[in-house]
Amino acid sequence: MAPVAPRSGDAIFASVERVNAELFTLTYGAIVRQLLTDLEEVEEVNKQLDQMGYNIGIRLIDEFLAKSNVARCVDFKETAEVIAKVGFKMFLGVTASVSNWDADGTCCSIVLEDNPLVDFVELPDTCQGLYYCNVLSGVIRGALEMVSMKTEVTWVRDMLRGDDAFELQVKLLKQVPEEYPYKDDE
Amino acid sequence: MAAIYSLYIINKSGGLIFYKDYGSAGRMDTNDSLRVASLWHSMHAISQQLSPVAGCSGIELLEADTFDLHCFQSLTGTKFFVVCEPGTQQMEALLKVIYELYTDYVLKNPFYEIEMPIRCELFDFNLSQTVQKDCVALLGR
Repeated sequence: MAPVAPRSGDAIFASVERVNAELFTLTYGAIVRQLLTDLEEVEEVNKQLDQMGYNIGIRLIDEFLAKSNVARCVDFKETAEVIAKVGFKMFLGVTASVSNWDADGTCCSIVLEDNPLVDFVELPDTCQGLYYCNVLSGVIRGALEMVSMKTEVTWVRDMLRGDDAFELQVKLLKQVPEEYPYKDDE
Repeated sequence: MAAIYSLYIINKSGGLIFYKDYGSAGRMDTNDSLRVASLWHSMHAISQQLSPVAGCSGIELLEADTFDLHCFQSLTGTKFFVVCEPGTQQMEALLKVIYELYTDYVLKNPFYEIEMPIRCELFDFNLSQTVQKDCVALLGR
């Protein structure tokens, strides 16, 4: 039988190589700072961070699958749980929770109480439109696309903007079937 | 002598992105290895459709008189397969290890373009170490 999917990423987090959390936080800060200098427009920075996240996500998914031993998820609900409980733990060392499901189970919120990317960060007035952690939404979008789920990921709450948590809304747009038929006669 | 004859990695559209042979048996030139890869890709896809088992994920093991072929497909569609001596054990575990090496040394290499042929020295190096270790373990028994 298929191995039972882990319900939390603790064991994997303990077994993979880690880097110093402050080094990680500061490096990410330096990237965002440099993007602000280079691109000048806050909107452009948001877009660039999302693109960078996407590029990371399409590669990261394989590492996630290789090291976490999760089996294929039966539905999008399970997918969201696995991202929040196993994925976030494995790569960021924090656990997120999933809430706010809509009626047909295609849209939910992933809520992060704790986010290592934003330790030490205060948004200045000039950067009010910045989604500082936009790289995360890109990562999720990229990773899910590689397992044939087209999604749209947006920020709903952001602690840097005065909210009480980080909340990402993940919306499943469509599930691309994996079969090959690619009809010959079309 | 090595129990493993060769290793192939094919991307999700069926292109051969990595081929390596070990030892003399079953050695192939570039054209033949490409042919094997695309043949296997199609057979794998067909087997998924023909299988009486619901939710089948394709052929995992092909046994022939002169070789065994073990295949592992990741959920992202990349396939890894080894051709080895008949009856060689623990190939599934080896393929899992190779998948991990691929995620570490290929996908994390910023100069590797995904879906393209793999030319990464670190991957080659770690792969040959893993395979060697595996052969030693097999001979030791």
